Amino acid sequence: MELLLQREKKTFKHGIHPDDYKHFTRHLSIERMPFVDEYVLPLSQHAGAPSRPLVKLGERVYRGQLIAEPAAFVSAALHAPVTGVVKAIEPREHPGGRMVEAIVIERDPYSPQTLVNEHPIDWESLSPAELLEMIRLGGFVGLGGAAFPTHVKYAVPEGKHARFFFVNAAECEPFLTTDYRIMLERYPDIFLGIRVILKILGSEKAFIGVEDNKWDAIELLREQLPSDLPCEVIPLETKYPQGAEKMLIEAVLHREVPSGRLPIDVEVVVNNVGTVASIGQMFKYNQPLIERVVTVTGPGIQRPANLLVPIGTRLTDVIAYCGGMKENVRQVLFGGPMMGMPQRSLEVPILKGTSGVLFLTEYEVVPRQEYPCIHCMKCVDACPMYLNPSLLGMLARVRRYDDMLEHYIMDCIECGSCSYVCPSNIPLVQRFRVAKALLREKMAREKAAKA
Amino acid sequence: MKTREPKLLLTTSPFIKSPHDTRFIMWQVNYALLPVILASVYYFGINAVLLIAVSLAGALLPEWIWSRQQNNPVNTIRDGSAVITGLLFALTLPPGIPLWMAFLGGVVSVVLGKILFGGLGYNIFNPALVGRAFLQAAFPVSMTTWMPHASLENFFQIRGDLLTLPFMKPRMDALSAATPLAKMKFEMQPTGITDLLLGSTAGSLGETAAVIILLAGIYLAIRGVINWRIPVGILATVFVLATLLHWVDGTKYPAPWFHLFAGGLMLGAVFMATDPVTSPITQKGVWIFSVGVGLLVVVIRVWGGLPEGVMYSILLMNALTPLINKVVRPRIYGMRKSES
Repeated sequence: MELLLQREKKTFKHGIHPDDYKHFTRHLSIERMPFVDEYVLPLSQHAGAPSRPLVKLGERVYRGQLIAEPAAFVSAALHAPVTGVVKAIEPREHPGGRMVEAIVIERDPYSPQTLVNEHPIDWESLSPAELLEMIRLGGFVGLGGAAFPTHVKYAVPEGKHARFFFVNAAECEPFLTTDYRIMLERYPDIFLGIRVILKILGSEKAFIGVEDNKWDAIELLREQLPSDLPCEVIPLETKYPQGAEKMLIEAVLHREVPSGRLPIDVEVVVNNVGTVASIGQMFKYNQPLIERVVTVTGPGIQRPANLLVPIGTRLTDVIAYCGGMKENVRQVLFGGPMMGMPQRSLEVPILKGTSGVLFLTEYEVVPRQEYPCIHCMKCVDACPMYLNPSLLGMLARVRRYDDMLEHYIMDCIECGSCSYVCPSNIPLVQRFRVAKALLREKMAREKAAKA
Repeated sequence: MKTREPKLLLTTSPFIKSPHDTRFIMWQVNYALLPVILASVYYFGINAVLLIAVSLAGALLPEWIWSRQQNNPVNTIRDGSAVITGLLFALTLPPGIPLWMAFLGGVVSVVLGKILFGGLGYNIFNPALVGRAFLQAAFPVSMTTWMPHASLENFFQIRGDLLTLPFMKPRMDALSAATPLAKMKFEMQPTGITDLLLGSTAGSLGETAAVIILLAGIYLAIRGVINWRIPVGILATVFVLATLLHWVDGTKYPAPWFHLFAGGLMLGAVFMATDPVTSPITQKGVWIFSVGVGLLVVVIRVWGGLPEGVMYSILLMNALTPLINKVVRPRIYGMRKSES
């Protein structure tokens, strides 16, 4: 009975239960990948305006040095992940599929690669505004995948208050174990990060939400939690998309973020646990965001691993370090299998927001025959936003995008649960993404025409 | 500079899928029908075998022709839905009906019930019931002439009007019998519960063995193939109404278990009302739908001219389903003002 009570867990309504496939890497410690010769740092690897470069061709840069500054409020700083020389500033292949301006750094093979100006920061003596500025210049963005600049989240608008700070450690994407290993191995950094963030936001309390397939991490965090830290570890049901901001808030606080609004409208700020740990490191060593943990996994890679890599490490180097791809690889994804991005080139660099690299083989990548919708209700029961994907899918098929607006297509969070459950293999979320992009374009046009 | 890996596929997320596709779901229903078919063969012998085979042929022939016409890369027969229609239609037939009528009904089920609407997923009414309703209207006498179940000794003896040629006058077997519902309605004679559960009564080919149908339904519900709320809603509504009526006048209205296990209620609630295509798409809508079916069944059985009303109840609620879907819409996340 006590065990049952202990294992009480929270969750949201609807959602899906895919296999978690975390067995490839969950037992593997975080492993630092040795330095390679070249690093590619796209100026656009976050939501918002591209960073503005501060270095010139041929300039020597040091590990941790600021090499590009935020060009707007919603933008991010960029730092050299290694000591070396700026070899090029030119368009390079970006995981998003386009060519994007990037700073290319050639490593100095003789450098010891120590961090420039490494020292602990006496954060307690700094004001919240000073701490926020350090985070802005530290180049922090959400490490869960969306890469939204962290300082923008913390700049709470006038009249609003972040009563609760949420550490998102649900890691609901199958295959990924990045957040899990960070919790097991870097919990002091997480707690330090929470302290700093609570001070910046002036929040009452922090919550760490963890899915219950990582029960050892939940227990460890609870054991190690400093008694003076106003923080609670919340076990969550292992259910996709538990890690979506809105679902996390619903599970813990039973509050819904109003349609079209942000978590701050329900007094919440949410950050990924990896981001929080990196912020902890910032104040421990003065280390800006220059490296991250990446789950390299899937049946298509020879040696799956949880790798600590400098931002900008090229995928080819990661693959070589992990023993190469298997012969029958058909798809390489950045991120997890539910919301990840397929890659067409292996030259792309690991970005700040790259939580994992997933290699799928011909056995997972099977074309599926599409059947007509049989109104089975599985998508309606799966949609965490309570939309009707069946109806939206039929409207999308005949391109009735304006009618889709009336059925709240813009509230779709593109989690893909509908496509996952659809027995007729209808590409629902795929069509919704197209519809949403077209509708956004149209609304922008109409706005421009009015102005 | 561009180094596109030729073997890498560019599709969009999600990249994993639930293993249960439409074909799997449809064939699960067919497998669940097997014990029902076996029971029907046990009770009605060679008649059941012939009628089911002929009905199935009648349902599959137009599906096959249509599929060829559509230039579908995959024959739609393989999705299993026409097989369900053929089998379900056969199981609603009286055991002595002429074979040619069964064949015609099978054709009508798929053509009028499904293909004319645009094929799988687009029909409004349950195709098997469309076929049965057509026969009921066209050949009311043959559709209401029942016979007692056979024993294993005369398994191979063809009984009833099976071999009557098209549009010839059926001979009307002297060996006819009344269904439990008709006995109740017209003679005030209830049937024992053991007979109803095991199926040793007169009735349609597949409707008599209530307990077998119930077990098949439990299997389908556990596998997530059918929505358990539909049979539960229907049966609960019938049970509650029948209990009330029985309580008002126990001599006039039979006990609630009689209504539950007699006639086609179990077959309809488990296999026909649960057709996803023709039932609502929200859980709230499903409750309305199933309570509606239960209500209509009792109303028709108790106050209607017919002893049985499952077919019309389901067809009527099928007709209401588009309206239910339009009216009952779930609240969208974040639409109601959140509590602070």
